[in-house]
Amino acid sequence: MAFAAELDAPASPIDTFRKDARDWLAANFPPALKGKDNAMSAIDGPTDLSPDEAAWKAAVGEKGWGVPGWPKQYGGGGLSKAEIRVLQEEMGRIGAWNPIGGMGVMMFGPTLLEYGTEEQKQEHIPPIARGEIRWCQGYSEPGAGSDLASLQMFAEDKGDHYIVNGQKTWTSGGQWADKCFALVRTDKTKKHEGISFLLIDMHSPGVEVKPIRLISGSSPFCETFFTNVSVPKGNLVGREGEGWTIGKRLLQHERSSLSGGGSTARMFAGKPMGALAKDYRGTDEQGRVSDSDLRMRIVRHEMDSRAFALTLRRAAMEAKSNQGPSAATSIMKNVGARITQDRAELSIEIMGMNGLGWEGEGFTEAELNQTRTWLWGKAVSIYGGSSEIQNNVIAKRILGMLDHQ
Amino acid sequence: MAALNEEQTMLRDMAREWADNEAPVTAFRKVRNAGAIEGFDRAAWGEMGQMGWGGIVVPEEFGGSAFGYLSLGLVLEQLGRNLTASPLASTAAAASAIALGGSNAAKADWLPKIAAGEVIATLAIDEGPNHDPSKIAASVSGGVLTGTKEFVAEGDTAQVFVVAAVGGLYLVTGDEGVTRSTRRMADSRSHAQVRFDGAKAEKLGGPELTAKVVDLATAALSAEMLGMAEQAFAVTNDYLKTRVQFGQALSTFQALQHRMAKMFTELELMRSAVEGALEAIDAGRSDVDQAVSLAKAIASDTLHLVSREMVQLHGGIGMTDEHDAGLYLKRAYVLETMWGNAAFHRERFARLNGY
Repeated sequence: MAFAAELDAPASPIDTFRKDARDWLAANFPPALKGKDNAMSAIDGPTDLSPDEAAWKAAVGEKGWGVPGWPKQYGGGGLSKAEIRVLQEEMGRIGAWNPIGGMGVMMFGPTLLEYGTEEQKQEHIPPIARGEIRWCQGYSEPGAGSDLASLQMFAEDKGDHYIVNGQKTWTSGGQWADKCFALVRTDKTKKHEGISFLLIDMHSPGVEVKPIRLISGSSPFCETFFTNVSVPKGNLVGREGEGWTIGKRLLQHERSSLSGGGSTARMFAGKPMGALAKDYRGTDEQGRVSDSDLRMRIVRHEMDSRAFALTLRRAAMEAKSNQGPSAATSIMKNVGARITQDRAELSIEIMGMNGLGWEGEGFTEAELNQTRTWLWGKAVSIYGGSSEIQNNVIAKRILGMLDHQ
Repeated sequence: MAALNEEQTMLRDMAREWADNEAPVTAFRKVRNAGAIEGFDRAAWGEMGQMGWGGIVVPEEFGGSAFGYLSLGLVLEQLGRNLTASPLASTAAAASAIALGGSNAAKADWLPKIAAGEVIATLAIDEGPNHDPSKIAASVSGGVLTGTKEFVAEGDTAQVFVVAAVGGLYLVTGDEGVTRSTRRMADSRSHAQVRFDGAKAEKLGGPELTAKVVDLATAALSAEMLGMAEQAFAVTNDYLKTRVQFGQALSTFQALQHRMAKMFTELELMRSAVEGALEAIDAGRSDVDQAVSLAKAIASDTLHLVSREMVQLHGGIGMTDEHDAGLYLKRAYVLETMWGNAAFHRERFARLNGY
């Protein structure tokens, strides 16, 4: 009976979509790229695309499936949440991955869709959807990090354009970016209300970038200097003085992408720590990791990781069951950061000197990676709102503790 | 909070309202001051029975509601918040043992009475001051049980004992051959040494049942710990907002805000771990043992942190008997120790994961 009914029933729209997605992926995803997603590409900077990679990126960009939830009229996929889930399942099934990413996708695009004018959306969203344009974030300044509202970079009103002077820092990927979404001061007499949200062409005269070399040896960040840079008035998003509100909204997109599923999935990928420790340290006569103190710290770390994974799941279930946003959400960034860092340090401790190799012979690729992961990982408790700032947020917003007077 | 169904939401809200209004910490203080060995209020336990809490994990055919362990946990959490003394956790775990391994006659004899709150039951497992199921020496021969069990919760009043012996789990229901000696402890609850000297015993199952039932009891206890930690934290947070020092409410000092934020973070992880274990039990998952060790280790560490900070952040008043902080602190350490402390469960977790 059930079988007959299945034969008779017209396919549901979602089943049709699944079939279409499957067919399209089969026709367009080069099998040679299976599982070859470079998750760190946003940090590493541009790499030369192989013909396969270029073709795949162009196909996804054309289809709008790099940003599947964005509206179709701006080059997005226009898909529903259910369809996006199906698309992800179908991609996962064949080891395909999304070649379109970066700050334009994660932060700027969603913010501009909300606050931009029609002209701004038409101009900026389609190139992001096709992965043609790299955006960088002009928020932090040397004197305005966690206390972002102290920023000083000034945009002087010159009628049809602004003249921008000042400096930004920690500009991720600034050396490769085409455009910058920046918070600038348009009024020196007000603090939060004197800030505006401005789009700056990084190829304009007067823009200079200097990469900052990090302890890990990489240079994902820049100091960026702006000297008499002319920016058309049409590049102001929202109203003058509305930048703080728009900028905060963008930070919400940033935080949700930082604490989201992707990075967490990577966190739990790889060999379990207990097995790694047995490989490197050997076992005692009872078959346990030989160093009992290390073994117990691995347990604490594994338990922490599992409790965190359960918390991610719980927060998602709570959000779904309409209990409102879960208070658990506020702890995600700090716990994610601590687990990432603990994991890197424990791995090095397990590997010993082999976990501290810098380059060249005598180390496996995994060991050399571990060194870089450890050092890069120090950033996760600093960027996107440091752990201290997150604790302030918990204390004030959730626990109702007030500022010192 | 886990995603709850309608019955569970109603159960939780009812339990919360009842415990807050009818069995708050002041009620426990009265129980303690009265000094009766049972360590709980008989009238309050009677009300719990009428509300059906004794039957939450009892199958419907024996008069229970079979709501499961997440539901039991919701109730125990509310009792924990108020330090409400009751034999509910012990009775429920013993009831599960009977439901899982008892003969039809044993189930028919005891489960309906337990579900109605008429009978108090408990587990008698450990024979020393630390939980260690590998050191069980009690034995059964010719249908009678001999051995001494230490620190049996509700051991002063239980009419039904589920006893671990070499070879598995046994049911002892008579008074013959059973001798109880009260052990007065810091939490002012019932913990007794129980000697079985030729007590009639009926087998419920082998060592795997012992392990399983102890896991159920441990998960239930973790839910009580969750409620205690939640309330100890809330009381402390309220206090920091009212207590003025250096012309400022204490809650305005960043050093204290960050300690509270840290505790809040640990509490959220604790809730996920505890609810995760209860859900694993209800789902009949094969990794219940891991989920329970995760829950108990994290619950022990977190309740330890929060109960200790409750005293410290209250300053001198937290050291007085008049304040509740000491009551939470004392009950906390007993529960941290019961069914294996954090170190025990971390060791077990490592073993279960093969490293």
